[in-house]
Amino acid sequence: MKLFFSKNDVTTKSVIAKQGFRKGALPMRFSKELFSFICLRLVILSALALTWQGMAWLIASPDFPSFLAVIKSMHYHLNEGEMVANILITLRRALLSFIIAMLLGGLLGILMGIHAWVNKLTDSLLIILLNIPALVTILLSYIWFGLVEAAAIAAVVINKIPTVVVMLREGARAVDKDLLAVAKVYQLSPSKTFFSVFLPQLYPFIIASARSGLSLIWKIVLVVELLGRSDGVGFALNTLFQFFDIAGILAYTIAFVMIILLIEALFFKPFDKLVARGTRFD
Amino acid sequence: MIELNVAIKNKHYGDGENTVLAKMGFSVKKGEFVAIVGPSGCGKTTLLNMISGLESCSGQHISYCNNPSNNIDKCQLGYIFQQPRLMPWLTVRENIELVLQPEEYHQVDDLLTQVGLANKGEYFPRQLSGGMQRRVSIARAFAINPKLLLLDEPFNSLDAPTATRLRQLLIELCRQKGTTVVFVTHDLQEAIYLADRILFMSDSPSTIIHQSIVDLPKPRRESGVAELAWQAQLMATYPHLLAGRID
Repeated sequence: MKLFFSKNDVTTKSVIAKQGFRKGALPMRFSKELFSFICLRLVILSALALTWQGMAWLIASPDFPSFLAVIKSMHYHLNEGEMVANILITLRRALLSFIIAMLLGGLLGILMGIHAWVNKLTDSLLIILLNIPALVTILLSYIWFGLVEAAAIAAVVINKIPTVVVMLREGARAVDKDLLAVAKVYQLSPSKTFFSVFLPQLYPFIIASARSGLSLIWKIVLVVELLGRSDGVGFALNTLFQFFDIAGILAYTIAFVMIILLIEALFFKPFDKLVARGTRFD
Repeated sequence: MIELNVAIKNKHYGDGENTVLAKMGFSVKKGEFVAIVGPSGCGKTTLLNMISGLESCSGQHISYCNNPSNNIDKCQLGYIFQQPRLMPWLTVRENIELVLQPEEYHQVDDLLTQVGLANKGEYFPRQLSGGMQRRVSIARAFAINPKLLLLDEPFNSLDAPTATRLRQLLIELCRQKGTTVVFVTHDLQEAIYLADRILFMSDSPSTIIHQSIVDLPKPRRESGVAELAWQAQLMATYPHLLAGRID
């Protein structure tokens, strides 16, 4: 059969090549983007460090240690103290809580978005959970379950789940019914419908929820550790506070923030590509 | 041999106040191309949705593939919607593979060639023009080798030359595969160009008020002399047919 439209096709090969859609072109594009992303971050962080150093010289107070003093303190805690061990312990708690909260919150959010009766049943509980202060959840968790690891994780998870639920519920509500109708008419299997038609529509909501989730979770984890654990960054910060070691507190903060930035660059940036697939071509 | 048999007593939305279809009944023979013409808002899309199983109502009897007891699962059914409804996050190739089993993926290249998109398999839908997207949706529908194909005004918002070429493509594919087609449109000229038989719907609550067999030789021409004469004769006999009245 003859080909139709061969002369009038709007999109050309050169456009494709320029925009880098070919599957083979993606890795190069990605590594270049990652490099420029890291360079930009380094420039901004260096500017911040210089400003900090300048301000510390001007103020000249022991309550406001210079950037170099903080780096010295970080060097000390890395070599002599337990900074690496504490950061790893906190990271483990944060990631474990993050995964549990994302899975449970995601599941409940999707169910609430799809089924009106689930939403009616759990909406009041969701509003209560959204408004209970994080500190109350942590204290009650320790009182009811004891000063154990599971109580610490549970407290963080309970704090995070409601925000995941809210985002994923909105995502599930916004799913295009017309595309689901295509899946039904062509009798796609339930797994194919879920993974190829339903879930891709939720990616922007999952990424937004994960991004806000990680930053919220590690902050809550520190409070949880401060109140009821004998290790981790939160515990270390509490100890440093008792000795009024401001440089040490800032050293721990910088170290942990740097790790979170690294996680962001390594894990979330590739997901951005996934979300943008077929929709954003810049 | 009957491929599709439709009997709908009453289809309504809400508390029964908004009746869309009432006493709707017709059948389609195997390999037949039936066009359904009716005024805007008369329930043409609802009718196709009911045939495809997307909507239902009590008191409906729809049987497929020459077997009164068949349900829709046993009949390969293709549906080309008003909008192409392609998954934006999948490439053209992946959109077609979506409706196939892995062992059938080798057909995709042939299908893309047939619809004139042989070098567009790795493009995403948003990189294609409206006409190209329609062709992908046509390729997707024919990928499953449908016994019954439903089309809901698929060439509506396209420019005239593009729509003409897509109609030719549709005719060619249906002829090759011997597909039974139910084609919904409000454009009588399009119906005359494509169909073996035209069913006319009344205004809502809709029913079939008239049917005409298009006894013109094929291939037909859009706005050809014989086609226009056929249309003029029909309109002279039933001047209000397109408004959904037969008086």
